[in-house]
Amino acid sequence: MAKVTFNELAINNLNDFVYGHAPKKIKFDNGMVIGGGTVYPEVNFTLPPMQVNKNTISKAYKQYKEMTEGVCQRAMELQVPGLVIEIELVPDMTFNPEWGIETTKIVKEVMNEYQDKNGLKSLLRITPVDVREGNDLEHMWRGKHWDLVMDTFKGCAENGADLLSIESVGGKNLHDDGVMFCDVAKTVFSLGIVAARDMEKLWENIVKIAEETNIIPAGDTACAFANTSMVLAVRGMIPTVFSAIDRVMCAVRTMIANEQGAIGPDKDCGYEGPYIKAITGTPISMEGKSAAVAHNSFCGNIAAAVADLWSNEAVENKRLLGGMTPEICTEMLVYDCRLMNQFTASGNNLLMRDMLVESDSRLDAHAYIMKPSVVLNIAKEIIKGKTHLERTKIAAKAAVQEIRKGFENGSLELNERELNYLNMIDSQLESIPDNEEEFIADMIENNTTEKFDPKKYDIA
Amino acid sequence: MDREILNELTVALQKGDAIKTQKFVKIALKKGYEPEQILTEGLVSSMNTIAEKFKKKQIFVPDLLLATRAMNAGIFILKPKLKKQLFSPIGKVLIGTIEGDLHDIGKNLVKVFLERAGFEVIDLGNDVPVNYFIEAIKKFKPQILGLSASLTTTMYGMRDVIKALEKEGLRENLLIVVGGVPITESFATGIGADIYDMDGTKVADKAKEKLKCSNF
Ligand code: B12
Repeated sequence: MAKVTFNELAINNLNDFVYGHAPKKIKFDNGMVIGGGTVYPEVNFTLPPMQVNKNTISKAYKQYKEMTEGVCQRAMELQVPGLVIEIELVPDMTFNPEWGIETTKIVKEVMNEYQDKNGLKSLLRITPVDVREGNDLEHMWRGKHWDLVMDTFKGCAENGADLLSIESVGGKNLHDDGVMFCDVAKTVFSLGIVAARDMEKLWENIVKIAEETNIIPAGDTACAFANTSMVLAVRGMIPTVFSAIDRVMCAVRTMIANEQGAIGPDKDCGYEGPYIKAITGTPISMEGKSAAVAHNSFCGNIAAAVADLWSNEAVENKRLLGGMTPEICTEMLVYDCRLMNQFTASGNNLLMRDMLVESDSRLDAHAYIMKPSVVLNIAKEIIKGKTHLERTKIAAKAAVQEIRKGFENGSLELNERELNYLNMIDSQLESIPDNEEEFIADMIENNTTEKFDPKKYDIA
Repeated sequence: MDREILNELTVALQKGDAIKTQKFVKIALKKGYEPEQILTEGLVSSMNTIAEKFKKKQIFVPDLLLATRAMNAGIFILKPKLKKQLFSPIGKVLIGTIEGDLHDIGKNLVKVFLERAGFEVIDLGNDVPVNYFIEAIKKFKPQILGLSASLTTTMYGMRDVIKALEKEGLRENLLIVVGGVPITESFATGIGADIYDMDGTKVADKAKEKLKCSNF
């Protein structure tokens, strides 16, 4: 069960819900304060096309060193008040934890050098890959795969990481199906039961590692869930109303990391971040237009409205006319942050926030459910739920209602196809039985396949 | 004979209602329609309409998938009554995501597109090691191999598969199609693939052209 249950909102007043400020700001020894008023850039970069194996690993290390140097150099030149670097390890660096650990050391060494010599304050977020998948997966919480993930976390925590995150995948396979068929019951089950149980176990252990090594358990993201639907919706493959409702449901799941002791900043690609911030008060990292190098979205501006770190998701190392891509992304993020911080300094941050919001929120349902006022309305409902399943259902229902209200009062545009799906999702929600056991039994009976084995989650 | 029942079948299929689709197929059979006519005028033609709408972005993936499911449900009833040759697929495809890569939504969609176009698709899933591809090709003898990769660190795994096929003498009569978010036309050509398709919607047509197959 959850260690902490959030039964109240940390932010109740719309005027307190703004970028840069979080009720539970985090202070670091180097003087950086996340959520204390300043938005910092979080730069994330990855390898160019190459294989990672015994023969190439030294080349990969070299790439990471050069990318980090480029980013730190550019950040220093642009006089940033602080910088966060995120390394999303590539799969081979979790399958071989020693490679992920060595990468952490190399990146941190460069960051330390810049801190010592040039006064560039920085923090390192390490995101191991959740490799718990495949035919040889014994169990989600024990065996080879689990050990690899934990060993990577531990090694990276001991060797330079300041923040720990993961894009965890418990329940993903079921959710994939839910998305492809817009099957609400399956989606609710995957998030409210399967993913929820996995998040509890996983984050209990990540928090333990962070405590032992005296670093920060930062947070998770529904990348494997609502980002799949968001990307599909942006490509016109599924309705945007589904991706919006999915996102809100995912907030309940991602927040379980915080229930277990994660204290933020939540991970950038979790577009459910505003909900996490409103409910738990922890600072969040967000990405939007700045992440167009990685994937498309319809919420590029609104994503920044309540962000405490502003990120580019991930860019592969390539040369462009302006320099190497990680440096270019750094520059773009720095200017975005400067502008936001300047609005704050002049007392106009709410105006800036509202412009970020208004420029997107009307055009897309997923953008709409990120609107701070809508977030607060829905978050208020979510916390009434007693179990994760109940909260997931409330989240979906409240999202349907807010979207419908938005459409009816003219603050959200939806075409007929979208409206049809909104009605369909609503009626699917109605048909989910209230009795939790009955629901679980029914879901297990109809969804146990090669790809989803409830026994691997100790369910049934 | 009144066409009412075929019209109802069409509506049921396009709504993705598998139960009603089966019901109307049974009624049509009782009314004396030839199974071949129910198949072509009821199921296949409505499925073609659905596919057209999808290409034009007038409907969503779930609509396509539910209609496909309904069509398969209808075919299930018809199958024992049909002349065999109507059902021989136009080609066999083996598809999978490269080792180390867990992204499979894109590959799953491409699988649906290919099946829709009449190919038989054997799906090896994600995170597939090179030797699994080789073994499966020996076992299933497909005409087409589809490879998917979403990571810059796994895309070169495609080249490894192709090299291994060459080494095993299995490359020659095999059409290799590749795709995934970091893959480009020039990368595909560079590693010796035959077809690249950015979003998977044209892969069936391109493959058919190369195989010189006729339509379903
Ligand atoms: C959802 C997602 C995930 C989910 C995957 C869920 C699933 N079941 O597949 C999860 C969370 C598991 C995941 C994990 C990771 N991911 Co990811 N993920 C994505 C995301 C957001 C969307 C992918 C998607 O489903 N798109 C929708 C489908 C329909 O599109 P598609 O895959 O492009 O497929 C279409 C075409 O490409 C084509 N196609 C695809 N395959 C084939 C095959 C053939 C034969 C043909 C003809 C065509 C074809 O047709 C398809 C249909 O139109 C992308 C962002 C992006 N830009 O794509 C990142 C992305 C691919 N992931 C990325 C990363 C970094 C990761 C992780 C390493 C993160 C981490 N540290 O944990 C892990 C790696 C896990 C692993 N071992 O593979 C990066 C890759 C960067 C890089 N280095 O290459 C991306 C680009 C995002 C980013 N920039 O940060 N991810």
